[in-house]
Order: sequence, then C-alpha cells, then structure tokens
Amino acid sequence: MTVVDPTLARVKPSRGRAARERAAWAFVAPAMIAIGLFFALPVIAALLLSLTDFDIYALANLDNLRFVGLQNYERLMTNPLFWGAMKNTLTFAVLGVPLSIAASLAAAVILNARVVKWRPIWRVMFFAPYVTTLVATAVVWRYLLHTRYGVINWGLESIGLPAVDWLGDPSTSIPAILMFVVWKIFGYNMLIFLAVLQTVPDDLYEAARIDGAGPWKQFRHVTLPAIAPTMLLVSIISVASFFQLFAEPYVMTQGGPAQSTVTVLYFMYEEGFKWWNLGSASAVAFVLFLCILAITLVQLAVAKRVGAYQ
Amino acid sequence: MKIRAILLNLAVALIALVVLFPLVWMVSVSFMATGEAAVFPPPLLPSHWTLEHYRDLFLNQGMGRYLWNSFALATLATILALSFTVPAGYAFAKLKFAGRERLFQFLVAALVVPAQIGTLPLFLMLKGMGLVNTYAGALVPWLASIFGLFLVRQYALSIPDEMLEAARIDGASEGQIFRRIVLPTLQPIIVTLGLFVFLGSWNDFLWPLIILTDQSNYTLPVALAALSREHVQDIELMMAGAVVTVAPVLILFLALQRYYIRGMLAGSVKG
Repeated sequence: MTVVDPTLARVKPSRGRAARERAAWAFVAPAMIAIGLFFALPVIAALLLSLTDFDIYALANLDNLRFVGLQNYERLMTNPLFWGAMKNTLTFAVLGVPLSIAASLAAAVILNARVVKWRPIWRVMFFAPYVTTLVATAVVWRYLLHTRYGVINWGLESIGLPAVDWLGDPSTSIPAILMFVVWKIFGYNMLIFLAVLQTVPDDLYEAARIDGAGPWKQFRHVTLPAIAPTMLLVSIISVASFFQLFAEPYVMTQGGPAQSTVTVLYFMYEEGFKWWNLGSASAVAFVLFLCILAITLVQLAVAKRVGAYQ
Repeated sequence: MKIRAILLNLAVALIALVVLFPLVWMVSVSFMATGEAAVFPPPLLPSHWTLEHYRDLFLNQGMGRYLWNSFALATLATILALSFTVPAGYAFAKLKFAGRERLFQFLVAALVVPAQIGTLPLFLMLKGMGLVNTYAGALVPWLASIFGLFLVRQYALSIPDEMLEAARIDGASEGQIFRRIVLPTLQPIIVTLGLFVFLGSWNDFLWPLIILTDQSNYTLPVALAALSREHVQDIELMMAGAVVTVAPVLILFLALQRYYIRGMLAGSVKG
C-alpha cells in the first residue's frame, strides 16, 4: 500500500513540467515576437541602413540603393549643421540637467518639511505638468514667452527689467525652452527625491539640531548624504532624456532662430522625413545612440562604485 | 520655528503659482474673444466668456476627428500592450522555461537602446507592409514594450509560489491559473501599466507625426502642432485646442494618480 508506482511518480511531474514550459512559451512568445520584429530588427536594420545611401530615389526604386560604407558618418563629421545640432543638444543637457535637478530637489526638500500643510495635494499638483501633453503645453509656453504679449515679459517689465525676445533671439532660445522643460519635468524627479527623503529617519535631524546644526548644515550633512546616490543616478538618467529633445523645438521654434534650437533628434527627423535621406538619418540615430550609450556606461560604472543600486 | 513654517508654506505657494499659472491661463484665454489676449499687459480673465473657439475647433478644424483618433489609438494601445506584456511579465517572474535567463539578459541590454534608433527602418518596414497612415502602423511600437514587461515581472515576483503550486495540485491548467489567480493578483499593476500606456500613447508625438501622414488620421498632438503653425496669431483658438488635448489626460491622471505614482516609484527607485 505504501509502495508508489515508480513510473507514475516519475511521469507525473515531468508531464507537468512540460505543460508548464509550453504554457510559459505561449505567454512569452507574443511579446518576444513583437519585440524582435518591431524593436530588435529595426535597430539592426538601422545600422545597415546607415551604411547605405538610401534616399528618395531608393524609396521609389530599391535598385538605386548602394552600399557606401562609412560615407554617411564621414559626411556628418564635416557637416556644420550636424555639429551645430550636437552643440545645441549638449547645451540643453549641460544647462538643463543641473537646473531641473536643482528644481526637483528644492521642491522635494520643501515638501518634505512637516510644517507644510496639505502635502499630498501639493505632491500631485507639482507632478501634474509631467503628465500633460508636451505639444499642448509647449504651445501654451510659446505664448507665455511671447515678446510683446507674453506674461513672462510683463512680469519682467513690471519689476523694471527690459523685455526679452525669448524665442526670437539665438542667445535666449535655449534658456527659454529650458524654462518650459523644467516646468514640465521637475515633478518627476521631485517624487523620486521625496520617496528617498522619507526614508531618512527623523532622529538624524533631531540629533543634528541638538548638535546646533542650522537648516543649511542639516541639509548638507543629513539630507545630501542620504540622497547622493539617487541624485547621481537621476542626473545621469536625465542626461539621456535631454539628449532626446524633439517636440519642444519642433513646436516652439521649429529649430530656429538661426538653427539655435536644432537638436540631434530634430536634425535626424528633418534629414529622414523632410529630405528623405534615410541612410544619413540612420547614421545620425546611431551617433545619438552611441552618445547615450556612453552616458549609460558611465552611469553603470558610477552606480557600481557608489553601490547604491542593488 | 514659526517663521520657518511661514516661509516654507510661502515657498510652496510660490511653486504652486508657477506650476498652475500656465494651465489656468490656458483655460482662461481659451474662453476669450478673438484677439483679446494679444494686448499688453496680457489680460488674466476674459472680459466676457465665449465658447466660439471650441465651436470653431469642432465645427471647422476637425477637432472631433482628432479627439476620436487619439482616444481610439490610446485605448487600442492600452489593450494591446497589456495583452502582450502581462502574460510575458508573469511568465518571466514565475514560470521556468528553457532560455529564460538568456532572454531576460537580452531584454535588460535592450533597455539601453532608445526606441528612436529603429524609427527609420520601422517606417520603411511598415511602408512595405502597407501600414503607413493606418491605426495599425501607429500602434505597432506599443506591442514591444520592454519597460512594461519589466514592470509586470517586478510585481509578479511577489506572488507566492505556494499559491500557484496549490492550484496545480488541484488540477488547474496554466491558463486557468493565469486567469483565476494571477490576473486578480496583478490587478494594481495592470491599472498602472494601462494608465502609463494610455497617457503615453495620447501624449506621443514623434511616431504619429511620422506614420500618420493623412490629416484625417492625425492624433491631437500632431493636429495641434500643425494647427499652431497655421494659426500662429490666434492665441485664443490655440489655447482652446490645448485644453481639449490636455484635459482628458490630466483628469484621468488625477483620478488614478495613486496607481500612477506608485508604479512610477516602483519602476525607478527600485530599478
């Protein structure tokens, strides 16, 4: 009676395992096929495409397609418009990352104070611009930044400062767009900082206060060490997102004035879908990718050194 | 202590003003008569409220059509993305299958690659398939959401194995287990992911701009961008268009903000 049929004992779990394996594949396959077909394949194809002279003639007839090696890349390296786009994108990132993080951190530190009333409401409200439609709020900001009727210039003039031709002057067009971008995205990193700040025990602040530390010293010696790893990662992730600015200049300035807001992605869009130089545009996409990859590798190296990410 | 409290509350009020002003101003100007906002100093409230721009948008500018396109595409994208990523995310978390680790490593590596890289070949591919300027073409990128898969997997890891094992011993098939046990357990993350996809699709610009070539297929952001180039001077009309575009997603977010914020923090703080 206690003897179990050995064949039954062996067969049953293995049959179950086979069924489970089949089920697992059925669950995974649709997503994997989609990712392979619509993500991995296009990325690989982009690399190949960047080595061809795919243009409007090839679009009409594939016989016109030729393999040109690294010619697209070579041509990009000597194209002042491309370097302009690289320079603009870098300017956006170099100014925008510290600015947006400072805004996020300031808002998070303020909202983390217990004396602030209705904190949950502010939290959601400050985050709200992040979920708004970029194109729509960019249109709104184009009018807020209007030289003659804009509210921002009205504010400047009412405190005695001269009006600024925000979007019409190549020297202010990037800062103007950045004002909008910071307004739109600061809530995202603010929530991340807030989540980390809430893990800092109150005792630490209490101890610092007993030791006679003022608000600045508390921030410097308690808050900053607690959020440093997060801040480092957030800043490096932000760089990647600033490298992919497109809709903001498309809507607010159309790349102008004097090409001052043409970003790399904007350049790729125009090269590919305005002039139909798809080979050359793919090369732009890959240069962009390499830039982001380099940043991500730095991110991983830094994260490993800091050891904050599990 | 009292002064500190006042200063902090004042700072919050100031931030709130900066955050809210553009949105409130947008709504206010959308109700102004034509040309009323184009004066200095800029008026903050309409002298008399009018719906003329909303009427113009829906009667003459085809806004109803764009609203429908945006709504239909976002809804379809949500349904498709969920039905592709939820089973896969669960399988990666809880079911053992040959090649799981290797596939997972491939997906982690793929996270580094920005989707824009493949934009041009994807466009050519869909052109070859005759899907340019169709809903199907606009929906394709939402099928391949690695981020969504990770989000579901992360959450599904917390399902106790004993629960699944017990159901197996009771003779439930894998499909039944997924429907009866896994789906109800995953409900919060499904709402979160659904919300992400819906808002993401609604707000998306570059891909619909490329793939939807005919005006009758435009989504709201694409239509608004085109409209704003045509009607640069019509501040009031553009603000009405912005309100129609932003209001649905803003309301949806406010209604489900708990799900959104929880999912966002799970995805970024924990990695």
